[in-house]
Amino acid sequence: MVQAALDLEGIQVTFVSQDGARYTAIRDTSLRVAPGEFVSVVGPTGCGKSTLLNVAVGLLQPSAGGVRVFGEPLSGLNRKAGYLFQTEALMPWRTALQNVTAGLEFRGMDPDEGKERGEAWLQRVGLRGFGARYPHQLSGGMRKRVALAQTLILDPQIILMDEPFSALDIQTRHLMENELLEIWSANRKSVVFITHDLEEAISLSDRVVVLSAGPEARPIGEFAIDLPRPRDVAEVRLTPRFLELHTQIWHAMKAEVLKSYAQQQNQ
Amino acid sequence: MRSSRTSKAALRAWQVGLFIALLAFWYVATSPTLVPPIYFDDPNKAAFFFGEPLKVAQRIWVWFSSGSIYPHLWVTLVETALAFVIGTLLGLVVGLWLALSATASAMLDPYIKALNSLPRLILAPIFGLWFGLDMGSKVALGVTLVFFIVFFNVYQGVREVSYTVLANARILGASDRQLLRHVYVPSAMSWVFASLHNAVGLAFVGAVVGEYLGSSKGVGYVILQAEGTFDINSVFAGILVLTAFALVLDWVVTLAERRLLVWQPRGGETEKI
Repeated sequence: MVQAALDLEGIQVTFVSQDGARYTAIRDTSLRVAPGEFVSVVGPTGCGKSTLLNVAVGLLQPSAGGVRVFGEPLSGLNRKAGYLFQTEALMPWRTALQNVTAGLEFRGMDPDEGKERGEAWLQRVGLRGFGARYPHQLSGGMRKRVALAQTLILDPQIILMDEPFSALDIQTRHLMENELLEIWSANRKSVVFITHDLEEAISLSDRVVVLSAGPEARPIGEFAIDLPRPRDVAEVRLTPRFLELHTQIWHAMKAEVLKSYAQQQNQ
Repeated sequence: MRSSRTSKAALRAWQVGLFIALLAFWYVATSPTLVPPIYFDDPNKAAFFFGEPLKVAQRIWVWFSSGSIYPHLWVTLVETALAFVIGTLLGLVVGLWLALSATASAMLDPYIKALNSLPRLILAPIFGLWFGLDMGSKVALGVTLVFFIVFFNVYQGVREVSYTVLANARILGASDRQLLRHVYVPSAMSWVFASLHNAVGLAFVGAVVGEYLGSSKGVGYVILQAEGTFDINSVFAGILVLTAFALVLDWVVTLAERRLLVWQPRGGETEKI
């Protein structure tokens, strides 16, 4: 068997609040991602998807279980991973270009070379000529592009994405998804893509993992997506195979979504 | 764009108009001949208590044309600047240190609170004893006033750093030192500048109050001398000169702020594409 790029083994995450209350967000969760594989994790809101990703990047220590990155046990931050946040993560005091080159600067790269690479990446995400702008001068979609370039410029072997496009309008979202697929297929890395949107998950991925409703969320189903690539995320949704997969996965998810909804009603 | 510019001009006109109106009111109300004495039995008493704007202006003119005010002004400004710079630097360093070190912050918390709630102007005579009646004691008083303002703002600013921005920078590979330089300090800067406007004023307060309590030079000393001889016009002249220079220093802070916080959105300047 090929060595996994990312191997989450029997992960459990239990939060203890100050008054001693315990909350187990996820338990008994294992996830293996092969090199170059695009995996989406879907589940109802509040099921601990982001928690799982924070464990994978090393921001959060699991209560039980372990993380292996290319066979090595993870301690501290995952240096092989890039992370795209759901919310604003750009440094507002840096221009778009300075944000893109931040990681190179932290690694001590020569500023001129960094700048050159930064410009190239800005162009690649369609932001040529916007390098001198500050984040507040860019639209939400443009800021996401900057964040994408900021992460990918470091050429991480594993890309972790936490609902990166959820705040964008549907057209911008499709555009960004297509761009992501294009960039990813040019240089295949392992991707873990978190989303609550099943259509997004199917149209992007090689494999979709469904999590149960929280608390104590765990994977309840795994589906290989055999749609041919390259895909256009808007068009692929109209194919019969897509609808078949969607029905199948939705069937597995539905009970959990209803459970999660009922829990929120009770709160 | 056009409407905002005209309204800005109108605003300036109103500001200048208000200034002239205040001066006119001062002039009329204190003139011995223009209004009948309503409150005071003697028509000269209003001028005695509140000064007369023309004489005040004349006094300021004489001070500057003869040059007699310059040594005093110089001393006060140097004291203010030293108090401002030293207090701000100390506030920055201690604020960053305590905000980033949970143990030190927890340990020193009651002391900081105690020192801050202490009415620090009361220290002025003690500083006079410790640092002499020269500049040292005035600078020390100003520093104690400036320090806490800047300190609390830096502390708060560092605490308010966005978790996501911080986590993102760490994942991008920033070391602790780089986090300090590229995340904590820039994030705290907007808080610091908000505090610097207050700090400039307080540095002035420290210098003038210190001079007032015991000195042989400085604008505070000039005012004290004038009070001793009931020369109310010189007192008001001194106050006006101090106010003008406080405004100039505040304006310098604003310029620095505009330059350093260029990344912040300002009203009407935001441009989205």
